[in-house]
Amino acid sequence: MDLIRRRLLAALVGLALLASPALAQEKFIVVASTTSTEQSGLFGHILPAFEKATGIKVRVVALGTGQALDTARRGDADVVFVHDKVAEEKFIAEGFGVERKEVMYNDFILVGPKDDPAKVAGGKDITEALKKIEAAKAPFVSRGDKSGTHAAELRLWKEAGIDLDKVKGPWYRDTGSGMGPALNTAASMNAYIIADRGTWLSFKNRANLTVVVEGDTRLFNQYGVILVNPAKHSHVKKDLGQAFIDWVVSADGQKTIAEYRIDGQQLFFPNAKR
Amino acid sequence: MGTFTESLSTAAGLIATADAKLASIVGLSLQVSLTAVAFAATIGLPLGAVMAVKRFPGRQAIIVVLNGFMGLPSVVVGLLVYLLLSRAGPLGPYGLLFTPTAMVIAQTMLITPLMAALTRQVIEDAWREYEEQLRSLGATPWRAALTLLWDTRFSLVVAVLAGFGRAAAEVGAVMIVGGNIDGVTRVMTTTIALETSKGDLPLALALGFVLVALILSVNMVAQLIRLWAVRRYG
Amino acid sequence: MSSVFPLVLEQICFAPSGQPIVDRVCLAIDGRVRTVILGANGAGKSVLMRLMHGLLTPSSGRITWCGREQRPRAQAMVFQRPVMLHTSALRNVAYGLKLAGVPAGERMNRAAVALERVGLAPIAGRSARVLSGGEQQRLALARAWALDPQILFLDEPTASLDPGAAKEVESVIREIVASGCKIVMTTHNLGQAKRLADEIVFLDRGRVVEYTPANVFFRNPRSAEADAFMKGELPWT
Repeated sequence: MDLIRRRLLAALVGLALLASPALAQEKFIVVASTTSTEQSGLFGHILPAFEKATGIKVRVVALGTGQALDTARRGDADVVFVHDKVAEEKFIAEGFGVERKEVMYNDFILVGPKDDPAKVAGGKDITEALKKIEAAKAPFVSRGDKSGTHAAELRLWKEAGIDLDKVKGPWYRDTGSGMGPALNTAASMNAYIIADRGTWLSFKNRANLTVVVEGDTRLFNQYGVILVNPAKHSHVKKDLGQAFIDWVVSADGQKTIAEYRIDGQQLFFPNAKR
Repeated sequence: MGTFTESLSTAAGLIATADAKLASIVGLSLQVSLTAVAFAATIGLPLGAVMAVKRFPGRQAIIVVLNGFMGLPSVVVGLLVYLLLSRAGPLGPYGLLFTPTAMVIAQTMLITPLMAALTRQVIEDAWREYEEQLRSLGATPWRAALTLLWDTRFSLVVAVLAGFGRAAAEVGAVMIVGGNIDGVTRVMTTTIALETSKGDLPLALALGFVLVALILSVNMVAQLIRLWAVRRYG
Repeated sequence: MSSVFPLVLEQICFAPSGQPIVDRVCLAIDGRVRTVILGANGAGKSVLMRLMHGLLTPSSGRITWCGREQRPRAQAMVFQRPVMLHTSALRNVAYGLKLAGVPAGERMNRAAVALERVGLAPIAGRSARVLSGGEQQRLALARAWALDPQILFLDEPTASLDPGAAKEVESVIREIVASGCKIVMTTHNLGQAKRLADEIVFLDRGRVVEYTPANVFFRNPRSAEADAFMKGELPWT
């Protein structure tokens, strides 16, 4: 009995050692970004190039924009890479970020059922489309999760002059979820939804949904990258993090971003200022 | 139904070709959950055994809590461990968040009450039979607990398997404390969640089949070991 | 090893829920004779034995061993139904020795000798749980005997056995006595009591009604309760 117990103990210790971060030796940073960015597949394309150029591994934690910034506020990330200018500037004003650099933009699209109950298809004005949807009380799915996409959606309703609190009803479905699950919900409910083009292009469960409105400049979605302030969190890997930021706005990084395609379509348009 | 059969064949294909990405995800899932089971058993089995044989004030209350915690929501455990391991939290300086170690910690906390509660029940039933004889022979409660743990080992295997099943199947805790980082903390359950949220339901379902096959395999191996041991030890 | 005798019970009461199961029992048991506790079902025989062995704590009263209150280690008990671990017969005996602090090598030797003495050497390696009732009871005796006790308590040791097995167990008990160990046994088998007892403690409703040498008790019981008991019981020979 004792021999077996001793062997079991040895096996336990062995397992425990296996689970310890053997990856602790390598150079890495933690980047807090958004689920829509990760699900677009962009990181799978640009991070290997970055690692090749610098030897630094990037660990992307994909959350909603609000959650990503909160994670950075707690000091659990080295860099944030999100798309909500207002929230990002607040983040810096609070002292949690060093500097905001613009990187690229992609766009949002309005997606809806093919039979288009609110008659918005083909339009070029997103605010007009939203007004029509509200007037028709057509089913509309919102992410409702403090994400950049959600913030953009709320801004557009405001620009359309609609006070959501006043007109909210069963037609406006607040799901509190990421882009993919929200699209799933919209597909099963035959509802309208504002989505980012990247997630839409990789989304395979479209059912009856199709793009109804696109191209309005108000739908453009600007990405910013910020180094978490080492003055607030001394353990932040500021050199490695800065290397990532420098690369992403460099000619090399910008070119890599532009080269990313889904079904031959470019998703992200680099616009870093030199 | 089409999705179902399509996913089954996808699953079979993934397993047959030993898809490299899948293999590393499966490997990490096993590593994390098996390690958690090992730690949880080391804490939970003796804890349950001592609870069964010793009488002390407040015992009934602790039993109620332990039994209740068997059903701890994994997201709650994940959240608690996140707050512990975050840089803003008490264990922040160790930098454990978003690592496999964090996932092991969370899963260990999740399944220890389960294994302790099940062990307590098994040992308590055995204690009813053995108590007088063991005390007559001079066994202290601690000594008796160890003896019964060994004596009921075949029934305890089920408790351990229950713990493994719970750990391997949960997504709430590992998602929050691991961050589902590609190549670092992405396990079977978080991959399934990711593919589902991307809308790739057939792939998600296929991975689901693979996960179920994995859990069944572990149970099968355990059963074979058990049968061999019964033949050997009686 | 110093003697643990006499075992003295002073005004022992056991009344966990008010009603006394053992009522003001006073006894002084020495180590030279075989003591059998008789009584009807529910008289309190098993409880009294557990109080003596230390498995139960009396509600009031004092138990001393050779004047000392400390419960001695040189005692063992065999129960009506033997309780064996899921392991071999040999290891079961060795387990008792392990608890007694005997080092590993010596343990296995002493266990083997104990099995030899009760005639179970051939099945030493077999799983204890698959042995017959009689074999398991002899195994329990081996386990107790291996501890080299000065006193052995036996609680209805053959009540669950067929006559053949019971006979084998009785012969082991006789050998244990011959080796110098004192026994205190309960039974409601009068024939067995006649065969094995030197003195009788007769219990009725928790009280010691008679405490006399066996030959006196069986020929001429002093109390009405004992008389009624023996008339009511079928004498097994």
